[in-house]
Amino acid sequence: MSAAAARDEAERERRALERTWAVPGGFLGWFKVSDHRTIGKRYIVTAFVFFILAGIQAALMRLQLAIPENTVLGPDRYNQLFTVHGMTMMFLFAVPVMEAMGIYLVPLMIGTRNIAFPRLNSYSYYVYLFGGIMLYAALFTNTGPDTGWFSYVPLAGPDFSPGKRVDMFAQLITFTEVAALAVAVELVVTIFKLRAPGMSLNRMPLFVWAMLATAFMVIFAMPAVVSSSTFLLLDRLVGTHFYNPAEGGDALLWQHLFWFFGHPEVYIIFVPALGIVSSIIVTFTQRPAFGYTALVLALIATGFVSFSLWVHHMFATGLPLLGLSFFTAASMIIAIPSGVQIFCWIAALWRGRPRFQTPLLFVVGFIVIFVLGGLSGVTLASVPLDLQVHDTYYVVAHFHYVLIGGAVFPLIGGIYYWFPKMTGRLLNEPLGRWNFWTLFVGFNITFFPMHIVGLQGMPRRVYTYPANMGWTTSNLISTFGALFLVAGGVMLIANVIRSARSGALAGDNPWGADTLEWSTSSPPPVYNFLELPVVEGRHALWERSADPPVVTGVRSDKREVLVTDVMDAEPVHLSDMPIPTIWPFISAVVTAGFFVTSIFTPWALVYWAVPIFVALTGWFWPKQGEEGDTLEDKQAIPAESAA
Amino acid sequence: MIIRSLTLLVLAVVAIGCSGLQAPLNPAGPSARSIAWLTWTFFTICGVVYAVTLSALIWAVMRRRRDEDDSPRTSRRLGTVVGAATAVTVMTLVVLTISSIVAGRGLTTPSGAGAVVIDAIGHQWWWEFNYQDVAPSDWVNSPNELHLPAGVPVVIRALSRDVIHSFWVPNLQGKRDLIPGILTYLWLQADQPGEYRGQCAEFCGPQHAHMAFRVVVQPVGEFQEWLRQQRQSAASPASAEAQHGQDVFMQSTCRTCHTIRGTEAGSRVGPELTHVGSRRSIAAEALPNDRTSLTTWIRNAQLVKPGSRMPPNPLSETDLKAVVAYIQGLR
Repeated sequence: MSAAAARDEAERERRALERTWAVPGGFLGWFKVSDHRTIGKRYIVTAFVFFILAGIQAALMRLQLAIPENTVLGPDRYNQLFTVHGMTMMFLFAVPVMEAMGIYLVPLMIGTRNIAFPRLNSYSYYVYLFGGIMLYAALFTNTGPDTGWFSYVPLAGPDFSPGKRVDMFAQLITFTEVAALAVAVELVVTIFKLRAPGMSLNRMPLFVWAMLATAFMVIFAMPAVVSSSTFLLLDRLVGTHFYNPAEGGDALLWQHLFWFFGHPEVYIIFVPALGIVSSIIVTFTQRPAFGYTALVLALIATGFVSFSLWVHHMFATGLPLLGLSFFTAASMIIAIPSGVQIFCWIAALWRGRPRFQTPLLFVVGFIVIFVLGGLSGVTLASVPLDLQVHDTYYVVAHFHYVLIGGAVFPLIGGIYYWFPKMTGRLLNEPLGRWNFWTLFVGFNITFFPMHIVGLQGMPRRVYTYPANMGWTTSNLISTFGALFLVAGGVMLIANVIRSARSGALAGDNPWGADTLEWSTSSPPPVYNFLELPVVEGRHALWERSADPPVVTGVRSDKREVLVTDVMDAEPVHLSDMPIPTIWPFISAVVTAGFFVTSIFTPWALVYWAVPIFVALTGWFWPKQGEEGDTLEDKQAIPAESAA
Repeated sequence: MIIRSLTLLVLAVVAIGCSGLQAPLNPAGPSARSIAWLTWTFFTICGVVYAVTLSALIWAVMRRRRDEDDSPRTSRRLGTVVGAATAVTVMTLVVLTISSIVAGRGLTTPSGAGAVVIDAIGHQWWWEFNYQDVAPSDWVNSPNELHLPAGVPVVIRALSRDVIHSFWVPNLQGKRDLIPGILTYLWLQADQPGEYRGQCAEFCGPQHAHMAFRVVVQPVGEFQEWLRQQRQSAASPASAEAQHGQDVFMQSTCRTCHTIRGTEAGSRVGPELTHVGSRRSIAAEALPNDRTSLTTWIRNAQLVKPGSRMPPNPLSETDLKAVVAYIQGLR
């Protein structure tokens, strides 16, 4: 075959792929889209919108707390704000945005053309979106939940929170847990079955490992909160007594169930961030990962141990001290994998030749902040110490250090890092540096004084405080620092908007990175890779032979992907991806209708049964030409070389 | 950054040292003292760990690069360093865990003989302290003001009648949640006579911020005298105005919620008022106990504690003044 013929062949292949994987157009097409890049981007943008809303709420709360006995916000408004702030940050920003990074990046990093179960992916996005809209509709109509993001019963029960505010809380959890579980399942299957040939488990990028650990944590943590929020809704709607001590229920049951989910939840947010940090450090030191095996084991260990910490939120409930001691030990143990990772990253920075561009700045900032948050976490693991600082501003300081420092800083670093891949344009570097320093300084000014005011006895969740307690200065400093955080947020938004239109063109691999997503164009084409790659080493692009092998035999006239085995990513068979349809959107609409109606009547289950049946039938209706060929026809052979 | 943090830390230590009605690091009893000691131990060790980690980070970032950095030997050595750092981490955590458990055991040591038992009952948004005795008629009910004998062990029986609250007097002891349906105990002791402040630490609804109480530690004799005084029924109105106030109180909505022993008011919805005149503050530390505050509070408590269970009382000025006079006379 001559070179010209080969070029023509490649061009034909490209056109065919473009047709096959085309994103549906038109108004309706917008609701049909099911490719992981579009859904991932929508997820990320939506999550950042919620992040901004929650940030505005935080700024309002800081305004109220700036001076003692302030009356900018009354208790009713303040309590709604801190509740919705917490719920938004946990359920509508942190978890979804991390999963969204996985949705966007994992298929690209492992060299496939879409995420597994693309329709479920689209469904999950709309369920999440509708949940968020419901919460904010509630807040703007003065029906926002007001019992805190972990809404302890009996305060959240029917006797002490009449009305529908707490139901909004319970149902928002239902919305987000459905969305999160869907994404978790997609990610596990994608990572286990769709990896490029050659990407055995021990060659998987650390970010993919992190998303895998996270997805499993979601799958194991969510059932507990499914039960707890459903019990709460039943108590409130049909008069069951799961949490009513007067009728044999148990108020502590809620805390056990909620924190059995709630503590892994924190690590569900944090573990993907660890993956981002590892990716950035590998790229910006231009060296292979230091301590790859240790880092992977640390991620998995974190996942496991995170399920045995939940009682450290309940040290003050009067459980027996011997039992609590086990949770002290477990909470101390989780510091070990975190420590191992920090040490490995410092070693990687020591050994490599780090290029201090914005993504790496955010990673270094992450280490500085997160280590402090981790150490204050160690102090909270101690029962006697926790009995003093539990539910004070010390805890507020601690979890902002670990969540903003541990997750948001790496996330913003990750945005600076992957923005060129997503849009084809680099974010502005000088503005990025300003952005980093503003956020870093602002963060410490805002949250460091909270340690102190907590040790001075200021409880959390108070809408005001007396002037004579000695808390005024710290609170004023915190509010002052919040101005920097607002400025930093504005800089990030400005940078994104400006660079998306007129930023420097990125090219395929602006950072000289090692993972597969950087081998395709920026932004990636609808089919991700013209030729599905074969991986030859742990750092795919750095360990590629001069004439790299690719997968052949995958059809371009239908949405076919290569399925490989779990351990070694040996090709197993080919599988068809479903074509885009409107049904996942319709299913999400009826799901949302069901969830919202069930706030008001138990008959929602009956009313919505038929629409749900219709929607799911449409979704799963077999279409002509979509059934797969027999397995025997679909043996793919990874060619030795294209030429 | 470090310098700023250190400065803040120094400021903090100074601040914690001198403020202190409600400060864990300003201990006034054996439990709080051992927790404060543990806290400083933890802070010292964690501070050293932080300083070492940060120095390593700064060194890693700032150091001059050398050609042998990429040799396998360097990686091996770094591996050893990481391994050693992990081993040190594990040992540090073991030390911290053991010291924490040892300190924790001290906090739950059973009290000695002669301990005073007090029920602490949380309500939305005030505190009820019950001093039980052999004869029920000798029981004392002291809302929002916890009197303790100095140097005597005290057992708090923690209860709640509505939602979860948390009993917390940081100068004396760590906190303990009050959970409906579950009875728990907390042991504490105050060394010296003095006054401290306690506050609800578990979010309990709109007025969680205004659910504080005063702790008055007295010499044993004075404490006994206080108990004796509190056991008595309410004082009779001393003036015509106070008498009129009592009449208004008994004929209006007041008596549907409050108890004044020795009168026909006997409801337990709100705080008992038998000796309200003897207390330093009202409305769970929200207001000082004086004529102006009482007037404001009785006229419209919602202006002070929006959401509180105390309804506005549309009394005429004369009636209101009389009720305040009556209340102030209940010493």
